[in-house]
Order: sequence, then C-alpha cells, then structure tokens
Amino acid sequence: MDYTILIGGAAGQGIDTTVGLLERIIKRYGYHVFTYKNFMSMVRGGHNFMQIRFSDKPVTSYSTKLDMIYAFNQESVEFHKDRLKEDGVVILDKNISTDEDYIYLPLVETAKSLNNDKVASSVGLGAILNYLGLPLELGKKVLEDELAPKIFEVNRQALERGYELLERKYNIDKREDNNILINGNQALALGAIAAGCKYYCGYPMTPSSSVMTYIAKHANEMRIVVDQIEDEVGALNMALGASYAGVRAMTGSSGGGFALMVEALSLAGIIETPIVVFNAQRTGPATGFATRTEQADLRFMIHAGHGEFLRMVIALRSPEDAFYQTARAFNLADKYQIPVLLMTEEYLTNYNITHEPFDFSKITIERHLATESDVTEERYKRYKFTENGISPRLIPGQIKGQVVLVDSHEHNEYGNIDEDADNRVKMVDKRARKIDSLKEEIQEPWFIGSDSPENLIVCWGATYGAVKEAVNRLNEKGLSIGALIYGDIWPFPTNKLNELGRNAKRIIDIEHNSTGQLESLIKEFTDLKCTDRILKYDGRPLSGDEIVQRLDLLI
Amino acid sequence: MTCEYKLYNPTWCPGCGNYMIRDALKQALEELDIEPHNAVIVTGIGQAAKMPHYIGANGFNGLHGRALPPGIGVKLANKELTVIVESGDGDTYGEGGNHFIHAIRRNVNIAHFVHDNQIYGLTKGQGSPTTARGQKTTLQFDGVKLEPVKPLALSLTMGAGFVARGFSGDKAHLVNLMKEAITYNGYAHLDIFQPCVVWNKINTFRWYKDHTYYLPDYYDYTDYENAYKKALEWDDGIPLGILYKVEKDTYDDSFDFIKNGEPLVDAELNPMDAEKYMKEFY
Repeated sequence: MDYTILIGGAAGQGIDTTVGLLERIIKRYGYHVFTYKNFMSMVRGGHNFMQIRFSDKPVTSYSTKLDMIYAFNQESVEFHKDRLKEDGVVILDKNISTDEDYIYLPLVETAKSLNNDKVASSVGLGAILNYLGLPLELGKKVLEDELAPKIFEVNRQALERGYELLERKYNIDKREDNNILINGNQALALGAIAAGCKYYCGYPMTPSSSVMTYIAKHANEMRIVVDQIEDEVGALNMALGASYAGVRAMTGSSGGGFALMVEALSLAGIIETPIVVFNAQRTGPATGFATRTEQADLRFMIHAGHGEFLRMVIALRSPEDAFYQTARAFNLADKYQIPVLLMTEEYLTNYNITHEPFDFSKITIERHLATESDVTEERYKRYKFTENGISPRLIPGQIKGQVVLVDSHEHNEYGNIDEDADNRVKMVDKRARKIDSLKEEIQEPWFIGSDSPENLIVCWGATYGAVKEAVNRLNEKGLSIGALIYGDIWPFPTNKLNELGRNAKRIIDIEHNSTGQLESLIKEFTDLKCTDRILKYDGRPLSGDEIVQRLDLLI
Repeated sequence: MTCEYKLYNPTWCPGCGNYMIRDALKQALEELDIEPHNAVIVTGIGQAAKMPHYIGANGFNGLHGRALPPGIGVKLANKELTVIVESGDGDTYGEGGNHFIHAIRRNVNIAHFVHDNQIYGLTKGQGSPTTARGQKTTLQFDGVKLEPVKPLALSLTMGAGFVARGFSGDKAHLVNLMKEAITYNGYAHLDIFQPCVVWNKINTFRWYKDHTYYLPDYYDYTDYENAYKKALEWDDGIPLGILYKVEKDTYDDSFDFIKNGEPLVDAELNPMDAEKYMKEFY
C-alpha cells in the first residue's frame, strides 16, 4: 500500500482542517503518513493544496504521482490532473462541472440539508473514508478529539452522511499505532523546551513563527518567557542579555530576519555568550517566496557577522533530527560559549510525518557554568586565557564580591577595553582555538545506501527524506548508490566524505539552491570534485520520484 | 561601609560630565545598599557607554543603539539583579530609537540613564538627535536641519510611568533622581544633561545652568497633562526633577511564574518535564 491523496482549494476553504483530520485517522489506523503542504502566501483565495501519502512502510517524501484528487474547486483539478495515475480518481462536488469522468458527489447539497454549508468538506471526508476502507467509528472518534465541541455534532452527521455516498474500493487492515505525527517546527520547539530554554524571543516571520507559537502554548507551565520583540535586531540582543544572566535562550527567524540579527551574532562571538539561533530558510533573496522552500542561506549562515569568530552550524534533516539536534545545540553553545546556528527550511517546518515518540531520556543538560571554586583569582576574569580557549563562565549575582563584565570591544581577561597589540592577538587566538575541541564533537554526515557506492550523493538538511527514498529505490534496482547527508555542517566535517568520495565514480550534489553551496564547501575543504548536480530552486521541494527521475538521466 | 563600588581610571576628557554621572551612580548604588555583584550596568557604544569599565559592577557593554534589549533580557532572566541601562543620546534616541519606544511599552523594571550632551562625542562632533536645529557641527556645516527629539515628551507619549531629567552639574540632585529611578517598579527614564567640553560649544555647563530650573516641591508629578507641558518646555527654561511618576503594572509581574516564583536563572532543568507534550501528537 502506497497511496497519495491531494486535497486542494482556495485559502479559507478548510483544506487544513480536512487534511488534519484525514491524516490523523489514517495514522491511528496504524499507517505511516507523510503530509506535504503547499501554500500560497495569502489568507484568502489563491490555490493551496496538501498531499497525504500513506503506506504500511515508513515514508520520508511526498509522491509526485497521485492516486486521488479531492478538489474543493475546479482549479485544483486543472492544476494537478496531469499527475494523476492511470487508475487515479478525482472527487469533487457535483456543482463543479467538467466533461471528465470524475466522481461527482452531492457534498454541498448534503451539507445544506444539515443546515450548515461549512460541513461540505466533512461530507467529502466521510465518502473518502468509506472508499479507502477506513472505519466510520474511528473517523467519528478523531473528529471528537480534534474539533471544538460546538461544531463536532454537525460534522459527525456530515461524516456519516458522506460515508454512505461512495462505495468501498479498498479493504485495508488495521495495524498497531504507536506513532506520533509531527512537523519540523513542532519538533524543534519541543527540543528547545526539553533542553530547558527559558527565554525565547522573536519577531513573526513565515515560516519560523510556529516555533514561537508552540513554545508560547506551554510557556506558563514550563516557566518560559516568550517575547515578541519590536524587531529581530532587538530579539538577538535581548536573548543575549538573558543568556549572559544565565538562562538558556533562543531566537529564530527566516532569512530576512536572520539578516537583521547579524550584527548581534558578531556580538555573541566576541562576548562569548552562548546562544541558539535558528533560520527557517525560505525562498530568497529579500522577500522571495514567503511560503516556499530553499537552501540558499548556507554560505550566509557560515559567514554571517563582521570580524572572525567561531560558530557552529547544524542543518536539520527531519523532525526527529530537529528535536535531538536542537537540544544538543544548547549543550554545545554552553560548553564552547559560542552561537550555535540551526538551519531548517520551509519544507521541513511544516510537512507532517509519523515517527516513533521522541525519547526525552536521551536529552542531557550540560551547562558548564563556573562555580565559586573555579574563580581562583582575586578579581574574576571572564576571559581568562586557558589552554583550550574556554574561560570559566560565571553568571552575574552568584558570588558576593565578584562581578562579570562582557564587552563588545576587544578586551582583556577582565572584559575591559584593551587596545594592546599582544593582548589582541592572544584574545583572538584564545577564541579561535576552541575549534580544536569543538571539531572532536562534530558529527560526520549520515550515510545511507550501498557500501562503497560507485555513485555518491552529497546533500544536507531537509533533502534527506527525498534522497533516502530515491537511494532505497535505486538500491532495490541493484544500482550502487549511497548518500551522505550533512547535519553538522560547520566546522565542515570531511572524514567520511574523503573516505567514500575517493572511491566513487560519480559524486552528485543535490541541493535546493542555484549555485551548489555544499559543492563549494567540498571544493574548499577537500580535493574531491562533484561530477554532477541536481539543483532545484523553483521554491518547490524535491520528491523521491523526482530525484529518481533525474538520476536516471544522469547515470 | 559594607557596600562599596570600586572605580577605575576613565579615558573621558577632563571636565566631561560623565565623571560626575559616574560619581552620582556610585553614591546612589551605595546608599541604596545594592551590592556590586547584584547590579548590572548595560550599555551600548559611545563615551557614556564605557561606564561599566570604570565602575566595579557587573557589566554588559554591547552594541551601539542596543543597550535596552540585553538589559531587558537580563532582568527577565534574573529578577534579583538591579539593571541599569546607560547610554548616550545618539545611542538611545538615534540608533536605538525603536528599542527605546518599545522598551517603554514593555515596562520592565529597569532604570534607564541617558547621558544627553546633545552631540556625538566618540565619533567627534556630529549632530545627535537632541542637537538644536541650526546648530553647526563638525558635519552639519550649514547647521542641523532636523527637528530635535524631545525625549521626555516621547516617553510620556509612549506611556512611561517614570520620567525625569537631571543635570551632571548638580550631583546631589542627580543622586536623588537616580535612587528614585532605581527603586521605581517599572521602566524609569532619566535623561541627564551633561556638557561635552570638546564637541559642543553651545550647550556648555554655563548654558545648562542658565537654561534649567528645578521643579518646585509642590509640583504634582502625577498630573500627566501638566507633565507633558513641562516636557515640552525649552526656550524659557528647562525643568529638572521628576516630571512624572505613577504606579503601573510591570511586564515582569505579568508573568505569574516570575512574580511569584524563583528567578528563572535558578530553575532546575529536567528534559523529562516536557515528555508529557508527546501526547498532543498521537
């Protein structure tokens, strides 16, 4: 079983709710779900669609081919009918007229008979449940769990009526369901909460905002200050103030907002104050596409900031990865007293995927804060010269008689402005040599596929899911292919790449940008050369199907 | 004295108003018995912003225009700390204007001392947001063509609950204003006139002496409309003292867990506390 349903219509027609119900019903029936969401940047009108793919096996990408289109308007059929499989079906209201042999159902008419036009989508949902062989009782249960009590009853009736409208086509077995259904931003937010983030601030910007919203939902219970700031400039400066005072703090935005944080990122570098910042990349430059995806900020994240300072950049590859890496980022930021930058992307921020529940017991909290015994000198030195470059970090207000001074100027060990040439060199070197210990903690990219593959894919971040599907399918066909998927990407790890790259006949770079930014890093840090590239920058994510298709042309 | 602040040698010009402001700050903090490890001075960039280097308190010397945001972050993270944000007129009303406006709206319990010498000192004499219209500077050869910011009127308009003006030339008066601002529960805006002996030959010590007057004892600082009129007074004498002071709900206290809980910085962190949220995703 591997089935894809597209639900499309205008913004405001209730696609989101219908998809939310259907994907949960399928999940609770024990199937793996992958829901891809394609929005235009508007609140009403336009054309939006979502695709629910489900299977008895885990799915990590959306499918280009469609088994069913459930269209709320005619446009949704016209846009997508070319992707319909030969035996695919289209379901739409009988008031929408086309010459095609589609399934026309009295959705609006049935809704009207229930005195509520708005429940037409639930009538259609009922019809689809029966068609796919999903039990009505489960449907009603999910509606009850997910809908507000005052609208549940009429929607339940609509669902029941719809269930009678279409004959059963499939009989699928109930499977055990222990999975969660989650998207990348929810997972990132949960990772931050689990890590003990006590201060989150930001300025709303698509597609980053739902992280702030999710944390805000649990803020009072978890004692987290969630603060909407006047601008992103203020946000990072404020988060740095909170971190200096000793709490774990985070901010995030999309590319344009992150651009405004760059001045303060440089500040974080010189004051050596830990901070976690995420950039939910969208299509750029400037405003670009607010609701579409891209991986064009890699070089920007690596180099953002005036002057030279150490930072770590981690690309998030899946919701699961987002959860664990976000929590890890707080430990690394605390340990090395550096900014740790997380890169996610629009596609990852909101696709929904089933996954086994996250293991919170795997999360550790490592603060690396100095205590009284670490202060050996009479006057505390915030920037004490040490062998590994990491100075004992005291937070203000802890020890009577000791004060903590951080400074954006070049400073001496006490944190005081100091223009002495020798001190300058020593201080730059102190900050820089933290990289030696950090490098030992950098994780090599994930590897999937054939051992010592002839064809080696290199990619990073959220292209992971589609690449994984493509590699699996091509391995099954007997092709020697594997993929390295970068998560930790700065400082750039090269061991695995060198090892596998040397023996590969082809190295194929796959990225959502037009210039091959990962490829440029490979050129910079290894002697390897990418032989081929699949670069997509139309704002739409690659699917497993598309990668297989494009690799077929290459190999 | 149990509470004592150490002083370090400044690089300010001889005669700079910053010396007196620093001395007043030291005296105010000592008289309030706020020990150095419990005080944080947060600044931006400029001559005034060097304050944390010259007085032995905790210090966060950040970026130009960005003194308020980290100050707010510090206070929310650890309510036990006394936070004083200190910077110049260019830093606060120019580069940091947006933060200034919204810090007033947010009303976090911090004191904000603006060293207002009506000129840029560190960058050598350009017009600042409070330089008088028409005043010639090292950059504005034909005179400043912009209307000056009226800081106290601005903060009153934005809803500040504590608005005051001091003068570096009267230390005793300034110490009192600083103590009032520090102990005020909420955002306290204290604009401090100070002469810049090198770059501002108009607004000299003498000029401030001649152009200011003290608000009388009977002045009612709870009268908003009157305070606004006072904030606009300029050519016929500029009032010194507390123009406006009322009680207001603070942002800090709007978080029940801050108001009634331990400081956030003391919270025990346990990842398992968040595990319960998994249930939302089944």
